[in-house]
Amino acid sequence: MSASAPQTRSQTPPAAAPARSRASRTPTPTRTVIRALLRKELLVELRTLESVPGMSLFAVTTFVVFHFALNRNTIDGDEAAGILWVTLLFAAMLGINRLFVADADQGGFDGFLIAPVERSALLVAKAAALLAYLVVLEIVAVPAFALLLLAPPIGQALPGLFAVLILGDLGVAAIGTLVAALAVRTRARDLLGPLLALPLLVPIVIGASRASSPLLVLSHPGGPPGRWMLLLGLYDLVFGLIAYALFEFLLED
Amino acid sequence: MTALELDGLARHYGEREALSDVSLSMGVGRTLVVFGPNGAGKTTLLRILATLLRPHAGRLSVLGRSLPQEAWGVRGQIGLLAHEPMLFRELSARENLRFHARLHGVEDDRVEELLERVAMRNRAREPVRTLSRGMVQRVAIARAVLHDPELLLLDEPYANLDPAAIELVRPLIGAEAGRTRVICSHDPAGGLAEADLVLGLRAGRTVLLGGVRDIGLDEITELYR
Repeated sequence: MSASAPQTRSQTPPAAAPARSRASRTPTPTRTVIRALLRKELLVELRTLESVPGMSLFAVTTFVVFHFALNRNTIDGDEAAGILWVTLLFAAMLGINRLFVADADQGGFDGFLIAPVERSALLVAKAAALLAYLVVLEIVAVPAFALLLLAPPIGQALPGLFAVLILGDLGVAAIGTLVAALAVRTRARDLLGPLLALPLLVPIVIGASRASSPLLVLSHPGGPPGRWMLLLGLYDLVFGLIAYALFEFLLED
Repeated sequence: MTALELDGLARHYGEREALSDVSLSMGVGRTLVVFGPNGAGKTTLLRILATLLRPHAGRLSVLGRSLPQEAWGVRGQIGLLAHEPMLFRELSARENLRFHARLHGVEDDRVEELLERVAMRNRAREPVRTLSRGMVQRVAIARAVLHDPELLLLDEPYANLDPAAIELVRPLIGAEAGRTRVICSHDPAGGLAEADLVLGLRAGRTVLLGGVRDIGLDEITELYR
């Protein structure tokens, strides 16, 4: 036995020829990486249907439950906005919880981490994927909500509601991606994800509900209230920056 | 040039020491084979060398770069074949390789070349979850060498491969590929045949270290008793 650190034996073959360089040794352009990650993300979801159908089914089922539990045929105003956004939030949690599961379980993290890439590319790609899931969720959930619960016709509210939904989704995507990346590396990821995400998402639910509320009445005065839209926009911006600043740190050992 | 320089390397998980005071030095183009029973610290060592784990003590240099400070400089020059194949089960072999090719800035031609070389071209469109373990291992080997890495980190590279498949992948990951290699092995004879330098670990500590001519098969077999 030799516990000291020897050099390699003298009889070893000569050092290998210089390594080839099929891959560039410079970082891969971030746009290319984001596209590859996003494409992979959407392909996996299309093949497994693990997130979006579950999120959509959850939302529709919840509206059905509210329809019967409230014992009312229709709702409007604050009540309608609150039910819509709380349901969307909990449906989004299903997607957030699964956002990094395939990467963690199938070694995708390691493959990404040893590549010469900007790590924030993963944040952008995952947030974009989550945003896409939320948009599909809302394409299903909003008409179901209008059909099952909403008193005023949805058509008049749609342009304003669309703007609120986009701002709400951006915030959910930024916070959801950040929290999912943190939770997935823990043993209690299914519990930790919602526990961390829900308090951070409450301001979005408040802002989005207040902004949507005037849109969901029979004779609404116009677009969503500016100050609540501004609050949503600021919250999105702040959490977008926080996610960008923290994300690489979360991926480190 | 020194490919690997480890000096007093240590890593722990909570209270448990996974690696303790591991030191060695190896030149470019050589092969280090790491032996040791389960839990000896082989995978931890491999993950530290791959920049996926940080050492908690000691100094480490890979391909002339100090880790973890200069990890950025060696990423892209390392090919890792771990226990997990690092392939998405729902994607096909071709889709997986193309995904990794994008991350490393490699052209699609290389993907097709490697699918051919590991004899997976006719199954390249099928989801990885439908492939046999041996086939998955062949695709994982293609993934590990996709970007022509200078350093190959191989954890049981021939696991699940039949003799014909071993011959197929040997030009990619064998000594003839001319890469610096670190191989974790449970096969004393097979591992020794590949080695220039041998490291034997038990409970994270170095119990064997030397050139291949200095260490016998019996000493390696003894590690597992």
